Amino acid sequence: MKIMVAIKRVIDYAVKIRVKPDKSGVETKNVKMSMNPFCEIALEEALRIKESGMASEVVAVSMGPTQCVDTLRTGLAMGADRGIHVEATGALLPLSVARLLRALVEVEEPGLLILGKQAIDDDCNQTGQMVAGLLNWPQGTFASKVVLDKEKQAVTVDREVDGGLETLCLDLPAVITTDLRLNQPRYATLPNIMKAKSKVIKKFSPQDLNVEIKSDLEVVQVTEPPKRKAGVIVSSVDELIDKLKNEANVI
Amino acid sequence: MQNWGRTRRFLIYPAVNFLNNRRSNPIAANPVFNSAFGLANHRDSPLYSESEKSNLHTCFHSLRDKVVETGIRSAIRFQHRGFGSDATKIQRNPLFSTLNSEDISYFKGVLGEKNVIQDEERLLTANTDWMHKYRGSSKLLLQPRSTEEVSQILKYCNSRSLAVVPQGGNTGLVGGSVPVFDEVVINVSLMNNIISFDKVSGILVCEAGCILENLITFLDTQGYIMPLDLGAKGSSQIGGNVSTNAGGLRLVRYGSLHGNVLGLEVVLANGDVLDMLGTLRKDNTGYDLKHLFIGSEGSLGIVTKVSILTPPKLSAVNVAFLACKDYFSCQKLLVEAKWKLGEILSAFEFLDNLAMDLVLNHLEGVRNPLPPSLHSFYVLIETTGSDEAYSKEKLEAFLLHAMGAGLITDGALAQDINQASSFWLIREGLPEALMKAGAVYKYDLSLPIENMYNLVEEMRIRLGESATVVAYGHLGDGNLHLNISTPQYEDKILAQIEPYVYEWTSKHRGSISAEHGLGLMKANEIFYSKPTNVVHLMGSIKKALDPKGILNPYKVLPHSLSSSS
Repeated sequence: MKIMVAIKRVIDYAVKIRVKPDKSGVETKNVKMSMNPFCEIALEEALRIKESGMASEVVAVSMGPTQCVDTLRTGLAMGADRGIHVEATGALLPLSVARLLRALVEVEEPGLLILGKQAIDDDCNQTGQMVAGLLNWPQGTFASKVVLDKEKQAVTVDREVDGGLETLCLDLPAVITTDLRLNQPRYATLPNIMKAKSKVIKKFSPQDLNVEIKSDLEVVQVTEPPKRKAGVIVSSVDELIDKLKNEANVI
Repeated sequence: MQNWGRTRRFLIYPAVNFLNNRRSNPIAANPVFNSAFGLANHRDSPLYSESEKSNLHTCFHSLRDKVVETGIRSAIRFQHRGFGSDATKIQRNPLFSTLNSEDISYFKGVLGEKNVIQDEERLLTANTDWMHKYRGSSKLLLQPRSTEEVSQILKYCNSRSLAVVPQGGNTGLVGGSVPVFDEVVINVSLMNNIISFDKVSGILVCEAGCILENLITFLDTQGYIMPLDLGAKGSSQIGGNVSTNAGGLRLVRYGSLHGNVLGLEVVLANGDVLDMLGTLRKDNTGYDLKHLFIGSEGSLGIVTKVSILTPPKLSAVNVAFLACKDYFSCQKLLVEAKWKLGEILSAFEFLDNLAMDLVLNHLEGVRNPLPPSLHSFYVLIETTGSDEAYSKEKLEAFLLHAMGAGLITDGALAQDINQASSFWLIREGLPEALMKAGAVYKYDLSLPIENMYNLVEEMRIRLGESATVVAYGHLGDGNLHLNISTPQYEDKILAQIEPYVYEWTSKHRGSISAEHGLGLMKANEIFYSKPTNVVHLMGSIKKALDPKGILNPYKVLPHSLSSSS
C-alpha cells in the first residue's frame, strides 16, 4: 500500500508575524519558512506505518512556489520515498488544493491520504475534509491515534473531540488529518539528508492535472490584533474598586 | 534572535500545547510556561522562576537541616565554604564606617524616600546571589535614577568611608554582586532608558540598568541584535554585563565586549563622573581607559551609561547537532568549520556524553536528536547568514564532507526554529540539569583547546567513583565549563579538586576564570592566572581610582593585597 502525505510550506511558527503596511497580507520576505507542524506529524505517522511493514511507500506532496522543493527535501530527509511538487505561483485556497490532491490521488492511487488538520498560516482546517468529499472517501479528522488493520483493509482512528475521544473505523482508502498529540516527529539526520539528495521530486503544473486554479474567496484586509494597553498599578483596594466601578464598569 | 529566545522557553514541555495557542500569548495563559521561562531561558547562569527559586531554597534548607541533625563537623565546615560564603574567613575592613541615621536621611534627601530601601525582604534578595551560595548582611539598598544621583551617593559614601556594592541583575556566579558584610547595595535598575540608536552605524547608547533582553527586543524592531547573548538575559543588565565582561554564545562570532563597547560613562569612588561615552569606532587619543572598567567587576567605578556597537540581525540561522567519536575529532571539526563555514559560523559548542546523559535524565522534555548510540562527544554548530538558501547549502555541504571524512559519526540538522531551539536546549539546559542532579562544583576555565579535555580525564581518574565529572563549553572560544557533580557537598571532594584544578590550569597557561569573573569566590586565586607584579599593578590602579577601597571590597583582587594597603 502506498501512503500519500500533503505537506505545506508556511512561515515558521516561532517567527513573529508582521502584517504588510498595505494590509494585503503578512510579510513573507526574508522570513524563515518551515514545514507546517501538523504536516510534520502527518508525515511522521506515514513513516511509522511504513516502518511497521503496513505500507510500501510514502509519497510527499507539496504545492506552491519553487521553494516548496526545500520543504519536500525536508520531508525526504525525514524518510519519505519520493516527492511531488505542484508548481503554482498564485494563492492556493483549500478547495483548489483539494482538487489538486484528488487529481494526484487518481495518478498515484494511494491507500491512505494523510494531511495535517490545518496549516498554521491560514488556520483553514478544510482541505482534508474537502478532498475526502471530492474523492468520496471516509475521513478521520483530528486523529490522535491511528491503527491500521491490513487484513481487514481498515484503519481505526481516535479523534479528539469536545468532551473526550471518538473512535472511528474507516475502510481503506481513507483520508486522515492529524492532531498534535498523535506523535512526535523525528529529526532529519545527516545520513538521511544525504540519502534524500538522490530521491526524486516530480513536478506537475495545475494544467497537467487538469485543475483550474480559481479563487472563490477574496482577502479584503489583513490587520494586526489591537495592542494590549499597558496595565496600571493601583495603590489601594479602594482605588481598585473605584476603577472597576467607574472605569471598567464591571462591578 | 529574540524569537529564538522566546521559543526556547516552551521547549521544556512538549510543543503541542504551544502549537494550539500559536501567536496568542501562551505565557500569560499557561502557568506551566511561566515556570518554564526561567528554566529554558538560560545558558550558563540560569535564572530561576519563583517556583524554582523556592525549590532552591528548599534544597538549601533541607541540606542545612540535615547538617544540624547529624551534627557532622566536617559538614558544618563545608557550610562555610559552600553556602556561608567566604565571609567567615575574611575580616570586615575595620576602616569602613557603619551606617547611621544621618546617612539614611542624607540618602533620602538625594534619592527620595522611595528609593532608599530598608525593607527586609527586598534586602534579602539584594543580599543573596542566585545560586544561594553567597549571602551578605547589607541593611541598605539604594536605587539612583541618574548619573548625578550615583555621583552624589558615591561622593558621600567615600567621604564617610562607607563600602558599597554595585549591583545589576545579580546573576553572577562568583559572588561578585552581593555584599560580603554590610556594604551598601547600589542598584542601577531604575536607570533603564535607551538614550539613542543610530540605524546607520548600529550604535546603541543606553543607561546601565537596561535589561539585556529588553535591549534585544528593542534592537529587534530596528533590525539589529546585541553582540552578546546569555542565559541570564531576562534579568542581567548591560551595566553588569560590561562590568563583568560577560561572554556568552555569540563571542565566537562577534568577539568580547572589549571590542564591542565603544564608550562608557563611569562614576568613580569619589563621585567624579568620567565621560568616555564615545560613539566612535576609531579613537586613538591617549590611554583607552574604558577598558579598565570592562571586566573589573565594579571595583574601580560604577558604569552608568554604555555605548555599544550592535550587529545587524541576519535572518538565515541554522543549527546542527552532531556526534563525534573522540575529542580530537571535535577539534578537527572546529578547524574545518572555521575554514569551510567561515563568515557564517556563529556558535561552536560542545558537551561530552556524561553531560548529555545528565540533561536527558534530569530535564523534562529533552530528547536526544540522534538515534541512540554510544557517542563520546556532541557538538552544536550554529550558522548565521543573510541568505537562507546559501547558508543551508554551505552548512549541508560542510556537514556531509565532515561525515565523509569521519569527523562526525552522526548528526541532525534542524529543519525549523523549534528544532533548532530544542538542540540549543540540550546545551543550555546543562546548568539546570546539574543543579537537579545534586551538589555541583563549577569551574569556568580558559585552556588551550588541544589540552582542554585532558583535565577532564585527569579529574575523572582523580575522583574515581565519588563524583561525576561533566564537561561542556564554548569550544570555539577555548572555554571549558568543568562541572563536578556529587550527591552532596563534601570537604574531602573539594580537597581533591582544589587547588588541583587551578594548578593544572596555571601549568597550561590557562585562565581560572574565562567569563564568570573572580568575584569573591576566586579573588585569592588570581595568582594562578596572573604574575605577582601584574597583580600588584592592578592593586596600584585600584588604589589610584579608589583610595579608600569602598567599591566592591573583598572581591577581584586578593585579600592580602587589599588588607596590606
